[in-house]
Amino acid sequence: MLPVIFFIYFAIATTTLSILVITRKNPIHSVLFMLALFFHIAALYLFLNAEFLAAVQVILYAGAILVLFLFVITMLNLKMEVFTEPFIGEWPLSVSIGVSILLLIFLSIRDFLKGPLGPYTIDVIQQETNTKIVGKVLYTEYLFPFEIASIILLIAIVGAMVLAKKKN
Amino acid sequence: MVPLEWYIGLSTIIFMVGVVGFMIRRNLIIMLVCVELMLNAVNISLVAFSHYLQDLRGQVFVFFIITVAAAEAAIGLAILVTLVRNKGAVHTDEITDMKG
Repeated sequence: MLPVIFFIYFAIATTTLSILVITRKNPIHSVLFMLALFFHIAALYLFLNAEFLAAVQVILYAGAILVLFLFVITMLNLKMEVFTEPFIGEWPLSVSIGVSILLLIFLSIRDFLKGPLGPYTIDVIQQETNTKIVGKVLYTEYLFPFEIASIILLIAIVGAMVLAKKKN
Repeated sequence: MVPLEWYIGLSTIIFMVGVVGFMIRRNLIIMLVCVELMLNAVNISLVAFSHYLQDLRGQVFVFFIITVAAAEAAIGLAILVTLVRNKGAVHTDEITDMKG
């Protein structure tokens, strides 16, 4: 019973926070609500026995990516932003399209069929701890994608510097 | 025990909020934030699948998604800074140079 109550709290909180993110006029408020949302999502990961991912969510998303957003917003000087119209003119159409796709997916969730179960039961994970077992899978089975991820990050660093550099 | 379908439903709701936000907002920063929202919704469903199907590949995928999200945020914000510097606009309806 207790997990259900917790899940309902987190479901309501994440939904409300995500709606607040897209409706606030001030971008700083949006990003701060996003911060609260990321902490709630990290708590959901803890429910799902992904302790390392919960830590990564807080450190990387809340600590790095959102701070980057906040830096850019404070640098850009968006004083007039609160006085302008935040939505495009055709927003009721977009909202109705979104709600209808949502209903469509909800109707199809009922017919979801589970695939075969994998070897990593909760007992196996508890014996070896979550972080160790995730590391084992990441560095053996997914070693090549892991190396490609480093190239993606390198390209992002170089691209960001090239784009943001002033032409002289 | 919370059923897996609830997690898929929650992930769907957050994803569609992100999609709607991406469509209705004029501000480019909020549109980038909405992309992060969508990526996070997918992460929730991947971790839920990983737990309920007892397979760790879902969690490994989330690592790669976080990597790509970080790269995307860096590049997107760099483009934004360049746009503001050259045109002084952060609203999508003011950036019409390509006549798309």
